[in-house]
Amino acid sequence: MKGRKGPAKKKTRTIAVDLLARVEGEGALRVTVQNGQVRDVELRIFEPPRFFEAFLQGRHFDEVPDIVARICGICPVAYQMSAVHALEQIFGLSVQGPLRDLRRLLYCGEWIESHTLHVYLLHAPDFLGYENAIEMAKDHQAAVTRGLRLKKVGNRILTLLGGRSVHPVSVKVGGFSRVPRRIELQALADDLRWARDAAAETVRWVAGFEFPVFLQDYTSVALRPSQEYPFNEGPIASNRGLEIPASEFESRFQETQVSYSNALHCTLEGSPYLVGPLARLHLNQDRLTPLARQALAETRLSLPLRNPFHGIVARSVEILFAVEEALRLIEDYQPPPEPALPVTVRAGTGMACTEAPRGILYHRYEVGADGVIRQAKIVPPTSQNQGRIEEDLRGFVPRVLDRPNKEAAVGCERVIRCYDPCISCATHFLRLEVEQV
Amino acid sequence: MRRKKKIKKPTRPRLAVYKFASCDGCQLSVLNLEDELLALGQALDLAYFPEASSRMGKGPFDIVLVEGSITTPEDARRIAFVREQAKVLITIGACATAGGIQALRNWTDVEAFKQAVYPSPDYIHSLSTSTPIAEHVRVDYELWGCPIDKEQLLRVITNLLAGVRPHLPTHSVCLECKRQGNVCVLVAKGVPCLGPVTKTGCGAICPRMGRDCYGCFGPAEGASLGPGRPPNTASLAGHFHRDLHLIPVEVVRRFRGINGYVQPFKTESEAWEETLKRES
Repeated sequence: MKGRKGPAKKKTRTIAVDLLARVEGEGALRVTVQNGQVRDVELRIFEPPRFFEAFLQGRHFDEVPDIVARICGICPVAYQMSAVHALEQIFGLSVQGPLRDLRRLLYCGEWIESHTLHVYLLHAPDFLGYENAIEMAKDHQAAVTRGLRLKKVGNRILTLLGGRSVHPVSVKVGGFSRVPRRIELQALADDLRWARDAAAETVRWVAGFEFPVFLQDYTSVALRPSQEYPFNEGPIASNRGLEIPASEFESRFQETQVSYSNALHCTLEGSPYLVGPLARLHLNQDRLTPLARQALAETRLSLPLRNPFHGIVARSVEILFAVEEALRLIEDYQPPPEPALPVTVRAGTGMACTEAPRGILYHRYEVGADGVIRQAKIVPPTSQNQGRIEEDLRGFVPRVLDRPNKEAAVGCERVIRCYDPCISCATHFLRLEVEQV
Repeated sequence: MRRKKKIKKPTRPRLAVYKFASCDGCQLSVLNLEDELLALGQALDLAYFPEASSRMGKGPFDIVLVEGSITTPEDARRIAFVREQAKVLITIGACATAGGIQALRNWTDVEAFKQAVYPSPDYIHSLSTSTPIAEHVRVDYELWGCPIDKEQLLRVITNLLAGVRPHLPTHSVCLECKRQGNVCVLVAKGVPCLGPVTKTGCGAICPRMGRDCYGCFGPAEGASLGPGRPPNTASLAGHFHRDLHLIPVEVVRRFRGINGYVQPFKTESEAWEETLKRES
């Protein structure tokens, strides 16, 4: 990290942080301040483009889950889930019963793994004043050990159902290539019962952190199914009355390109909006599992959570939900007669939205009668949150302008980190510059 | 007064992790070493690992792990700098070792790609190819896999710390698959499994999960043609076409996947592309 104060006579002052750490995504932040007023906030993403939507064209539909998983090593299941649901829509398939439950269970594994990674290894060091979790472990050994073990439980679910935790191999259109026997799932129960206590403890732990008072007026967008906390289904809803099926996503949400970023910005009828744990909790808190609801209530935080720094609390509550849900799914599980429904290929277009750990993930595919992809479109959560991160920073920067350069920059980094940005579902490399004109 | 003797703290080997175009999954494999992570943090000085730490140590480093492929002019310059900082440079994963899935661009017109994804393609700075690290700088060890096997990474690091030359297996994954007692999906189900030409390392998870291998660990060596020789992709591709009735374009797609840009797979897909052109 580098902080440089220009000589007083210079009119332009630049505060630069070369690397923002503990973030997945390669980008930079540039804030321009003129006469003490924030003029521009640009979250610049220079993570190299990888052109997934382009090279999906010409591939067979059954290769899609393997290919789109590679967009993100941290949330590959989310990409696989949105993809298979969109494709199943084209082929007129509805995956129900135990196969549907197994998909929910797989998603539980990913949420536990991804959220725990962020809470313990990436985010908590901010609140407790460490560079990383390994340093933090010297003073907080019990907490870090608990976090690592909790993360491992999530990875165990992924490995059992998908063969491995990063880029699992069993997800396919219609179901799975293999489904577990009941006894295999039962073997997870002890770990999950431990995880239930550990997750409850996690909520208590993070709720005790010190949070800056920084309230935002969010438009929260999340799936809101009629009965349960969302993973794979449900209309796209907002706290401002939006309720549409995924097939109408593109008529309400627009992607635009800005010159400073390799990621497209997505807006809801022209305005930034929020997706992810805070937004999901905002719209679905009445659908939480009992212990998760209780743990949230015990934090005594007023709902809905409107402070981005409370993202770590929302994420922890969702870990507890995912653990409880996983336990329920394992208890109820009876193996399906076949691991996958038969697929009859037909031409068409399908859209689906599922809840990735970081928020809604939209996929659209157009498939020919030969089963080959003609067109693909993917809108990841972080491109949706980008505008919202910039809005938060617009509100946050004035508070830190009187601080030394380095401190102001660190403050801005922390705002960004609250979102667990998976900028390209990748790196770590965000450069921050605050320029005073 | 006796002068206090300054005791120098023993220095631990310094580790750095750099990322290029990739999905982060291989770096995540390091953090997925839940049982060993804290011990690893004691044995090594994690001097530069931005995904996990705000500590931005400067080089030189004893061990540098490189994830991702080279896809931009800036990254082509950056990898040269990274090499200068590294005593031992290890590529982790299919992107760094073989160009990755994004190397599919190497057979297409990147300008057309940009136009398919971005409304204003002029803003995007990208090379027309995605290339492995070894095409740019010297690489000491290559870890294959999409993602890598975390145990294999741990073994390599432990070996290096002990001053032992790491041994990385190169034989076909079929051996591991047989050892596990899996039913051969190529023979029994007639699915186009790439196992016979793919390097071991994943634990034969695809056949174990009832499906065909899709080549995450790259080409095996010494399968059927002898030690150090490339795998017999031609024979397997012929079998796919002749006996499993894959049409040429399907054979091309089969070999042009996660590790499509690596030599034996690249040669095979291009040969079938020629067949395709002749037929049409």
